[in-house]
Amino acid sequence: MSARDLFTFRNPHFTRGVGITAAILIVTAIVGFIVLPFAQPWVQFANVWDAICSAAGVPQRLAGVAAPEQAKRLSEVVLTSHTLSRPSQEAIGRGATLAQRCAICHGPTGLSRADSPNLAGQYAAVIYKELHDFRSGARTNAVMSPFAVNLTDQEIADLSDYYAFLPRLPAYHPTPQLPKPSIVIYGAPMRGIAPCGSCHGSLDNKTGSPWLEGQSEAYLKAQLQAFASGERRNDISQQMRNIARAMTPQEIEQAAAYYASQPPDIVKAVD
Amino acid sequence: MLVNRKLILAHFWFAFAVFGVALTLGAWQMFIRSPIGTWLSNPELYYRSLTAHGTVMGYVFPTLVAMGFGYAISESALEQRLVGVRWAWAGFWLIVGGSIMAVIPIALGRASVLYTFYPPLIGNLFYYLGVVLVVVGSWIWVALMSINLRVWRKAHPGAPVPLAMFANVAGSYLWAWTAVGAALELLLQIIPVAAGLKATIDAGLARVFFSWTLHAIVYFWLMPTYIAYYTIVPRAIGGRVYSDNMARIAFILFLVVAMPIGMHHTFADPQVGAGFKFVHSAFTALVTLPTFLTVFTICASVEIAARLRGGRGMFGWIRVLPWDNPMMLALAFSFVMLGFGGAGGLINMSYQLDASIHNTQWITGHFHLIFGGAIVIMYFAIAYDLWPHLTGRELNDLRLIRTQLWLWFIGMIVTTFPWHWVGILGMPRRMAYFDFGDPAIAPQALSVTFSAIGGFILLASGILFLVILARGMRAPQAEAGSYRFAVAVHQSATVPVALNTHALWVALMIALTITNYGYPILTLATTEGTSVPAVYVGAQ
Repeated sequence: MSARDLFTFRNPHFTRGVGITAAILIVTAIVGFIVLPFAQPWVQFANVWDAICSAAGVPQRLAGVAAPEQAKRLSEVVLTSHTLSRPSQEAIGRGATLAQRCAICHGPTGLSRADSPNLAGQYAAVIYKELHDFRSGARTNAVMSPFAVNLTDQEIADLSDYYAFLPRLPAYHPTPQLPKPSIVIYGAPMRGIAPCGSCHGSLDNKTGSPWLEGQSEAYLKAQLQAFASGERRNDISQQMRNIARAMTPQEIEQAAAYYASQPPDIVKAVD
Repeated sequence: MLVNRKLILAHFWFAFAVFGVALTLGAWQMFIRSPIGTWLSNPELYYRSLTAHGTVMGYVFPTLVAMGFGYAISESALEQRLVGVRWAWAGFWLIVGGSIMAVIPIALGRASVLYTFYPPLIGNLFYYLGVVLVVVGSWIWVALMSINLRVWRKAHPGAPVPLAMFANVAGSYLWAWTAVGAALELLLQIIPVAAGLKATIDAGLARVFFSWTLHAIVYFWLMPTYIAYYTIVPRAIGGRVYSDNMARIAFILFLVVAMPIGMHHTFADPQVGAGFKFVHSAFTALVTLPTFLTVFTICASVEIAARLRGGRGMFGWIRVLPWDNPMMLALAFSFVMLGFGGAGGLINMSYQLDASIHNTQWITGHFHLIFGGAIVIMYFAIAYDLWPHLTGRELNDLRLIRTQLWLWFIGMIVTTFPWHWVGILGMPRRMAYFDFGDPAIAPQALSVTFSAIGGFILLASGILFLVILARGMRAPQAEAGSYRFAVAVHQSATVPVALNTHALWVALMIALTITNYGYPILTLATTEGTSVPAVYVGAQ
């Protein structure tokens, strides 16, 4: 009973075991890599090797097909949850100086009275992305774009760090807090709409998504409508456009009114 | 000859205790997601619970049962004291430590990635390290099973290895090799990202690594159940194993064909070539072979018991079977659930049929029916059978035991059949919430409600199981005699070397893994630009 007696072609168990296994493997490989690829009438293969490579999943680049020219610029910002996660005191200080020119719309404390977004305590990654998109033209706004177009990378990072550093304060929208509408906490699964709250606060927050509590109702509504019409298109992989297009006008109003009525999450402002 | 009873009891008790916790979480999940529960408005809590449920039920509970049962088999079937008892305890404590280490981040909401990890989702590092410790602890068991068999072989040169031990070691080798896939995924892909050394992850490659583990792990869970079918049930009902060699062939077939089939979990994944998907699908079809062999052999063994009791006729013998014997009852329930679950599995493994139920509740129904049903009910039976030998006390409330088994069977059917049904209707899995007020899914509300009720029947049965075992620790003392396994009708004095050793089959298992996984893994690992940014759980 040694390995010598086992692993020898004189041992019928060895011969049969290995033989049957190999035969099954060869037959299934022939069917899977040659027969089935050719059985697909809608695919043309140059030769058998081409079919085998296709079935094996060999990565191929399609030659001579250029990416279609984009009519409008898309966002090129890459965000991870580490983006600007550890700001220095100097960066925040530089950002504070730069932010003076933003104050006319976004408020000296980062709270807007002009239906512009409140920036105090907004996630750094969010401000970073929007400023980059305004600068590159992926997002455009008659008022905002001229401010962003001359910013350097360093200035964008500093501004983002500064606004993220500011404490979150209650906004100037003193409406009574509304109950959570269905679109915010449940979404509309049958229309492929995830709950607003699963990315933008109230349930959870995700990288790259702004928290929305206390933002201006008019602003939120305008952005959702802009996403729905395709006028705004700096959302990665059309995430927001797909959602906004599927929302009813009533749901857009409910979501905007709900978020505008919420106080910001004060606890999070200190971390 | 059971010497290290404390060791085995420790494995079983920890396994069943965490099983109780995970079962409670499972019932809560079913309730909160069903029309009868009030939605929490916080999906994160749901996924937290789901991660704990899956991690315990997938990694900790069955592994500990297989280990405890493996030590019991090693001592009683080989009739020799366990070699390496200290190592065995070390393995046990590694698993306890690993489980605690993994559960803390889950409870804190830092690792809600589900037990299948789902990169690019990345949770807290300690969750993954905990899982690694659990696997390392179980690998000690693998080594000990191999060493104990080797020691026995030296003392009994040329003698046939007792069937229970042969199967047990086959199961341990299967686990050792199949766990390598998840280990590679964790060590090469996930842990570097979780530790902050990298910020991107090749999610496609990670999924292929996980599929290496994810299917054969089910056969590792299945091993104690099959060992119980062959070596406990016939003895417990007064029969004999129809064929010892047939049993060995079934176990070596599992060893060879359980491994190279995992890609049927990635049928919808674009990073794997269709040819490999077909090959894996074909090999998955072959796994039915050892199961059909087992069903045939066990039915024949049961018929032998019935005929010995005076049963007659083509089917008349079924009536005289000892239906009041919990082992008989457990076997019958297990076979019914294996039949339905296995039939569902054939649909999952078929490339085209899978498309209609991929990622629906059908899949959840399928693996609960197979694992929670067919497999776990035999874990209960194993515990009931071993308990008097481990505690030295009697376990004689058969009525309560039968009630527990009935409840588990009914509960599992009531839970999983509606799940299959709503899966066919298209209900997706891994969802924390369904709005049953929506007219499009309102008709599914009734099925989901039934399913949730089934969950509570299962919970009741699980609690009863723990109560029976706990009462067994305080029952009057009684000598249970030595622990025996079923013998075959024709117990042959010699067994061909190929059916008495594992080397050939382990070699084939590794060879098929290389042919079926080698190329996809190699191309994915060497192709540039296939990584995506990690998504950290709990990070903004």
